[in-house]
Amino acid sequence: MSEPLVFQFDVDGNDFTSAGRASVQVKKLLRELGLPADVIRRVSIAMYEGEINMVIHANGGVAEVRVDERDITIILTDRGPGIPDVNLAMQEGYSTATRSIQSLGFGAGMGLPNMKRYTDEMRIDTEVGVGTTITMVIHLPQPQ
Amino acid sequence: MKISELRQDIFRPLCLPDPDRDIRGVYMGDLLSWVMGRAEEDNAWITIMSNRNVIAVASLISVSCVILTEDVTLDADVLALAEQKEINIFTTALSSYDACIALYRMLNE
Repeated sequence: MSEPLVFQFDVDGNDFTSAGRASVQVKKLLRELGLPADVIRRVSIAMYEGEINMVIHANGGVAEVRVDERDITIILTDRGPGIPDVNLAMQEGYSTATRSIQSLGFGAGMGLPNMKRYTDEMRIDTEVGVGTTITMVIHLPQPQ
Repeated sequence: MKISELRQDIFRPLCLPDPDRDIRGVYMGDLLSWVMGRAEEDNAWITIMSNRNVIAVASLISVSCVILTEDVTLDADVLALAEQKEINIFTTALSSYDACIALYRMLNE
């Protein structure tokens, strides 16, 4: 695997019920690549949280997953409203989701914290009125 | 304990595509991100939520089954999705609290 494998998915901002489609597909792809179950679980959870965020807050976007020998990198890009206060958004329990979103079981204010928890590196580039790009990296276990 | 060993007079199966799964521990919760952050693989997940996202979450975190309490059931399309994703689903008349107690007893018998 010298060239990284790159997968791209459109995240449909209008379709709440199918949110998670990209993460489920990624999970399947990573399984086919024979990656460790723990890595697959962390990648798919982090990606699902990101996908849900893009649907709730940003009217969708694009998810890209790159796999090379060392890392899995997830890049989520949207043209949503941006995050005015990233530190606040990173606090567990802080959410701007509406009540109707909460009635679906989302909006617990755990999305971004979970993404951080399940990845080794996470970077948020955001500009109010322009959009947000979140880059998450999960290191693959290296042969000794 | 295997899924198939659950007492079906208390936990009624709605779909059992993967009955050989083991139940190791229980997690109860309705907020999906909370469940994703805290539940562990092979847990039985107790919830009253019944939309499609529950199936996606159950699949991503690899719980051994979802137990819907208070007689909550699934719409036909969600049930079909559960079959497709091979997620075991039960329903029970018990509250989430009482379901936890019942499971505790079964797991420790």
